[in-house]
Amino acid sequence: MTESSIIRITGPVVEADRMRGAQMYEVVFVGEDELIGEIIGLHNDTATIQVYEDTTGITPGEPVRRSMMPLSVELGPGLLEMIYDGIQRPLTELGEISGDFIVRGISAPALSREKRFHFTPSLSQGQTISGGAVIGSVPETNKIVHTILLPPDLSGTVERIADEGEYTVDETILWLLDTTGTVKEITMLQRWPVRVPRPIQSKLPAIRPLITGQRVIDSFFPIVQGGTAAVPGPFGAGKTVVQHQLAKWSDADIIVYVGCGERGNEMADVLRQFPALVDPKTKEPLMKRTVLIGNTSNMPVAAREASVYTGITIAEYYRDMGYSVALMADSTSRWAEAMREISGRLEEMPGEHGYPAYLGSRLADFYERAGRVKTLSGEEGSISVIGAVSPPGGDFSEPVTQNTLRIVRVFWALDADLAHQRHFPAVNWLLSYSLYSDLVAPWWEKHGGSEWGKMRSDLLALLQKENELQEIVQLVGPDLLPEEDKFTLNVATLLRESFLVQSAFDPVDTFCPPEKQYRMMTLIHRYYRLGHHAVGEGMTAAGIQQLPVTARLSRMGPMPHEEFESFYPKTLEALDTAFPGGED
Amino acid sequence: MPPLREFQSVVRVAGPILAVSGIDDAGYNEVVTVLLPDGTVRTGQVLESRKGMAIVMVFGGTRDLDCDITAVRFTGRPMTMPVSKEMLGRIFSGSAEPIDGGGAVVPEKEMEISGYAINPTKREFPQDSIETGISAIDGMNTLVRGQKLPVFSGSGLPHSLLAAQITRQARVRGSDESFAVVFAAMGITHEEARFFIDDFSETGAQAHAVIFLNRADDPAIERIVTPRLALTAAEYLAFDLGMHVLVVMQDITAYCEALREVSAAREEIPARRGYPGYMYTDLASLYERAGRVKGRPGSITQLPILSMPDDDITHPVPDLTGYITEGQIVLSRELHRKGIYPPIDLLPCLSRLMQGGIGEGRTRADHANVSSQLYAAYARGRRLAGLVAVIGDEGLTDVDRLYLTFLDRFEHEFVGQKRDEGRSFDETLDRAWELLSIFPKDELNRIDPKYIEEYYRGGTG
Repeated sequence: MTESSIIRITGPVVEADRMRGAQMYEVVFVGEDELIGEIIGLHNDTATIQVYEDTTGITPGEPVRRSMMPLSVELGPGLLEMIYDGIQRPLTELGEISGDFIVRGISAPALSREKRFHFTPSLSQGQTISGGAVIGSVPETNKIVHTILLPPDLSGTVERIADEGEYTVDETILWLLDTTGTVKEITMLQRWPVRVPRPIQSKLPAIRPLITGQRVIDSFFPIVQGGTAAVPGPFGAGKTVVQHQLAKWSDADIIVYVGCGERGNEMADVLRQFPALVDPKTKEPLMKRTVLIGNTSNMPVAAREASVYTGITIAEYYRDMGYSVALMADSTSRWAEAMREISGRLEEMPGEHGYPAYLGSRLADFYERAGRVKTLSGEEGSISVIGAVSPPGGDFSEPVTQNTLRIVRVFWALDADLAHQRHFPAVNWLLSYSLYSDLVAPWWEKHGGSEWGKMRSDLLALLQKENELQEIVQLVGPDLLPEEDKFTLNVATLLRESFLVQSAFDPVDTFCPPEKQYRMMTLIHRYYRLGHHAVGEGMTAAGIQQLPVTARLSRMGPMPHEEFESFYPKTLEALDTAFPGGED
Repeated sequence: MPPLREFQSVVRVAGPILAVSGIDDAGYNEVVTVLLPDGTVRTGQVLESRKGMAIVMVFGGTRDLDCDITAVRFTGRPMTMPVSKEMLGRIFSGSAEPIDGGGAVVPEKEMEISGYAINPTKREFPQDSIETGISAIDGMNTLVRGQKLPVFSGSGLPHSLLAAQITRQARVRGSDESFAVVFAAMGITHEEARFFIDDFSETGAQAHAVIFLNRADDPAIERIVTPRLALTAAEYLAFDLGMHVLVVMQDITAYCEALREVSAAREEIPARRGYPGYMYTDLASLYERAGRVKGRPGSITQLPILSMPDDDITHPVPDLTGYITEGQIVLSRELHRKGIYPPIDLLPCLSRLMQGGIGEGRTRADHANVSSQLYAAYARGRRLAGLVAVIGDEGLTDVDRLYLTFLDRFEHEFVGQKRDEGRSFDETLDRAWELLSIFPKDELNRIDPKYIEEYYRGGTG
């Protein structure tokens, strides 16, 4: 086995011979520097390996050592607040070893072996348990209880269980007598192969929206806990800001943020902001519920390919404890490009745009790991996946966007023209859709009010109408439009600028609670209905535009929430006074 | 890697690529020296290595190579360059040979030119805004130290003038820290190169500049190393010597064409327009070398310049660049024709790091609001101008007409400025308020009323 050696190197792809017995997706250590690699092809006794580090200086003849393990992540207490690279190497710890730059051939354990966690057992001797059973728990942060579960592939009888106390992740906490009569020693630290979905009892239908505090998303194109969404857009349209906003404000319990082939300074920004920002739900720093995977664009391409799997496996692990997890992948196009690059080096026959033929199935496999589920231990957990897509030239007809749209159920199309006008978030309301809007209507009716569904469809229709009217204006000018249409255009402008535009950088507007969203929508909707009636009674659109109440509606977003409490009833009153004729 | 080995067994030459047989232990990315029959020496790099064969890319091109006498010497090390503070004020070829008549640089250190990725946890988030003196940049797309902000241009547009002006005027308020300019020319004409060198020496910037020149008639493949040499020099100046380095790289499109040439010669499967599928990764390995590192005083700010073939922003080179860089400055042929300098087309421009670099204590408290309002007003002005072109201006409202007035004055008075005119942040913002005061206060819905109170200069309406 030790005689395996390299016979060919081309970039991140290496071939080694005398590898008989090696398995697909097994991890190997390549060369004298023991660079981490994974087998991605076998031909007789020659293995093709993708290497997760820079291969500069490697020569044919250097040894390749097998690990006998598939590419796996370490799971256990201590994952939260960590920042990893694409193959779960802890970046802070690597920095302690190699300094400011990442050099080759270094490694550090993903989970600290020194840190002790307070373990409370929930089993007793003699109990028979199966995969996914709760062994005990650890308070990982002030708010997150980390449940220790029996690995899904094990079952047996409790021979002995550790007492309540402080343990490191690699100390044995459970001695399990399995069916073959051997005693297995179980630690809090467990491994799981990243390319294999963790097992569940069953998938459940989604029922509850994932509240993000972003008006255009929650009110117009909602996503659910356990749902999937894609955010495609050309560069500069604000994909990353949308992803950051969701990571900051969505009401999931755990956030896994995968920076896949993106900018180093963006990761630095996340690391600067997240510890300082406070989760509106738990009042804890946001970092305390977050796991970051940062494989920036200049880090090795193969590790970029692995990063989304590393992320989703960690997400599944927390889901199995019964948490709602949200995973952001920015950007899935870089992941697809990494696949294309590796595929090209393997000289595989390309599909569209040079992407491998299996692009669609890989994307589907990934998004299918999302969902609301009943876990092995009977809990309910969910993973919501939000993937950014970076289509070349902003052209949505390209393969990654199209293959993604076949799978995801929410589409937030980011638009360069809106971004140019600094209309952020630049979600195009005509192209975007959410297949969950009917599903979440009951929730909104309970937490907002009974009119949610109707107001939403009225306002979307208003925007659609505006688009048609704009086409007419392009031909004949605005002057020739009937008063009713002029008023429609004015309300649409108001809706866009005071409701859909939302500043991520404004301390108040960055997060808009659902109650406030509902009330803002109510005011605009009521204004629309009342004004519409008034125009019918002979009022001009310009006259309505001059009303003081119109100006009142234009600055609601950045208004502090307490102030809005009293603003809302006053404005409702002001609307009734301004339009004494009532609604249609 | 093993030590020096020499082979006289070139078996295939195709484009810039050659294959050497008989070698079992060529290291990936190892540097080779190619000795031609006439005694010339060229440098190359191993692109692929297998038992009995190495595929080598030759930076000087493969002209005059043969499969008989030509010898290939494998040096046993990756590509490095000697660096030293003495490089300041010097001019080098695209492969780091001195071409200014001076002697070789006495190295203080040898550095690998491919560089290493900065550990994201060690990055300092860039927040020191640079005053370039150009309103369209400072006011609306502020550049900060450690940012990479490319200029997307087209043939015949004054990107060189703009880059030279930024280089000349750039400063950080209240800071007199040492700065340097590293200029990497890839495939630019003698005249353009001459323009930069003259401009640097006239303004005294020469003493702080390191220049690498690969001109249009120099070997194309050399362009693959030129930016890496420049960035390695920049990293030394920034992170070892603590200087603030501005790296100007022109023209990235020529660099990408060299990549495409190598890829085509290797018969790789192309992605878009024949460019290799790994071009995003390759460009990232250049652009991501911008930044700041925690605990080190220096910084690397990049100003790559690229020409968009046929002014097409969706061409793979600007497209992939835009996905990596932190924004872009886009030049417009239309503004250029109108005689506006710099012809910066603001709508597609962006600076992603602007938010962290502006505001109270950095530039001015009203900066973010003003910029957002200018954008909204300019976008609306442009839309109305388009409308007027079709239907005439009879149907416009009075407010619409104000937007048209704004549009015209904005392009001439705010975007337009003289080639030697440097405006401070305050001057830029004051000028913005002068233009925003064309509108009644109600129209300024993106500005906090307290700033309107403080800066608005129009009537009461």
